[in-house]
Amino acid sequence: MPHANIELHLIDYILLITYFVFVLGIGFVLRRSVSGSKDFFESGRSLPAWICALGFIGANLGAQEVMGMAASGAKYGIMTSHFYWVGAIPAMVFVAVFMMPFYYGSKARSVPEYLKLRFDEKTRGFNALTFAAMTIMSSGISMFALAKLLNAILGWNFHVCIIASGVIVLAYIFMGGLTSAIYNEVLQFFLIVLGFLPLVLLGLKDIGGWDGLVAKLTPVATNQGFAGDSFVRSWSVTGSPSDNPMGIEWFGLAMGLGFVLSFGYWCTDFLVVQRAMAAKDMGAARRTPILAAVPKMLFPALVILPGMIAIGLHAAGGKFQLPSANGTIDYNMVVPTMLAHYFPTGMLGLGLTALMASFMSGMAGNVTAFNTVWTYDIYQGYIKKDGTDAHYLAVGRWTTVVGILLSMAAAYAAASWNNIMDTLQLVFAFVNAPLFATFLLGMFWKRTTGHGAFFGLITGTLAAALHHFLVIAKGAEVGLKGGVLGIVHTYPSDMAQNFWTAIFAWTGCFIATILISLVTAQKKTDAELGGLVYSLTPKIKEHDDHWYQRPAVLGIIILACAAGLNLLFW
Amino acid sequence: MQLDVRLPIGLMFVLFGVILAIFGLVSDPALYEQHSLGVNINLYWGLVQAVFGAVMLVLVWRGKQKAAAGQ
Repeated sequence: MPHANIELHLIDYILLITYFVFVLGIGFVLRRSVSGSKDFFESGRSLPAWICALGFIGANLGAQEVMGMAASGAKYGIMTSHFYWVGAIPAMVFVAVFMMPFYYGSKARSVPEYLKLRFDEKTRGFNALTFAAMTIMSSGISMFALAKLLNAILGWNFHVCIIASGVIVLAYIFMGGLTSAIYNEVLQFFLIVLGFLPLVLLGLKDIGGWDGLVAKLTPVATNQGFAGDSFVRSWSVTGSPSDNPMGIEWFGLAMGLGFVLSFGYWCTDFLVVQRAMAAKDMGAARRTPILAAVPKMLFPALVILPGMIAIGLHAAGGKFQLPSANGTIDYNMVVPTMLAHYFPTGMLGLGLTALMASFMSGMAGNVTAFNTVWTYDIYQGYIKKDGTDAHYLAVGRWTTVVGILLSMAAAYAAASWNNIMDTLQLVFAFVNAPLFATFLLGMFWKRTTGHGAFFGLITGTLAAALHHFLVIAKGAEVGLKGGVLGIVHTYPSDMAQNFWTAIFAWTGCFIATILISLVTAQKKTDAELGGLVYSLTPKIKEHDDHWYQRPAVLGIIILACAAGLNLLFW
Repeated sequence: MQLDVRLPIGLMFVLFGVILAIFGLVSDPALYEQHSLGVNINLYWGLVQAVFGAVMLVLVWRGKQKAAAGQ
């Protein structure tokens, strides 16, 4: 496979090493502020909202996001923005305004622990185990992708990359715990913004600004058989799946991505929720996702636009060309190719540092979430219930070591047995898809029972699997991609298939949870459910806050801005 | 007292900015013709980063002043 072969010079190495000195330095300085397990796992619940918000968004801004969204920008154009303005912002506002009071206000220290308090042990156990396995897998995949990329573009040794990235992440989490991870996510956030912004500016200058981009994307769209403006329109091309490169219609998009998948991730994934739970008070915890929504809303300019510019320039046949093999463009190389093309040595070192930083923060986010869930929900829950705080702190530290070692194992598994990893990812997608139905009912319907939640989740997971294997995407092979149980429907794209799998999972879980709850007894008393369910929790008084600190007011402003952006590119 | 996160951010970007800007001044302009459309991106973006880092450091300093005044 042809690649952008990048040669680094002394100055690039100086920048790279400086960054790692700061990363480790932060961990080293913070080690003194970790005196108990609450400091290590929850940052002592002491951080201001803006730091949590940037950590919240930094943990999400992994390299898969940066490189994947640029690839999607090249493949689908501005429709990729649906992953932001539809598939993120509304859910971020929802978790802030409606759900954070229960996460932060209850005694729960993790999302699985909330499930234990609200429902029962088995629901918590199911969520904790699947979540722990998933974080290790994601962390391993990040590690593998980093090593593979550095090996391909810089010629660095694959094994050395795996070990070095593992050791660095281990060192700063071991020393400073969650605070260290969050501080590094904040640092990395600024590094990505300042490292990639000039890339977008140079790319735009090269292609002749927005007008030049629109002009160059017209032949890209028409060559694929779509209307000329379909790469720069987000909604008007979604009347029928065959009208847009994503192969999806508006309903599947809005319900599957905008509702089920997006709310499932932002509202229930402990990886992001943990950042908000580290805030110093309820107000700060609720403002965290809302403040994070501001940069999230602007990221399409940073991560999608480069992909659109790249495909525009590539199609125009100028100096800038994306690597391709047998006429198939390697979309995942959009970002590295642009870095090598537009950045001279110096800025190139900075850009690559930003890319490495984003891989590592993706790993660190997963490892800190794994730590907490393992120690609080699995170790304290099932193995040793009555340890001292110092004991759990030590367990947390050593769990970090184990987590990194398991991530390395997962990275090698990804390198050797691609199929196993694909299968596991599919299984976890089935498990995750229905989760939001469980939380929604748990938080807003006090009649929801533990049996209802648990068997509802199982039903939703099975519904997801059943749907996935009964349908197939156009052109896909029968097997992991679906169709194993027969083909009752063919979707125009695998994205449409995934969105509809999520819709089926959510609906199955929602209905089964309600039905089972109605026929099973509620074992929790109203007193036990106080602080966990909407109708049994005293309303938060916000009269003391300024209007600009109130989550509901901020949320409405953010939603209006997101709606405006959707209209702008309608 | 916990570390103010703006301190490492400020220091790092001032350092990055100064290194890049100096490199931009001494490096061969042909480098920029070849890559960045003739724009000396190391110099200009180095300055942007240095200014950003400096603003962060000013905020750290002001935060300390406020904390001292509050005590």
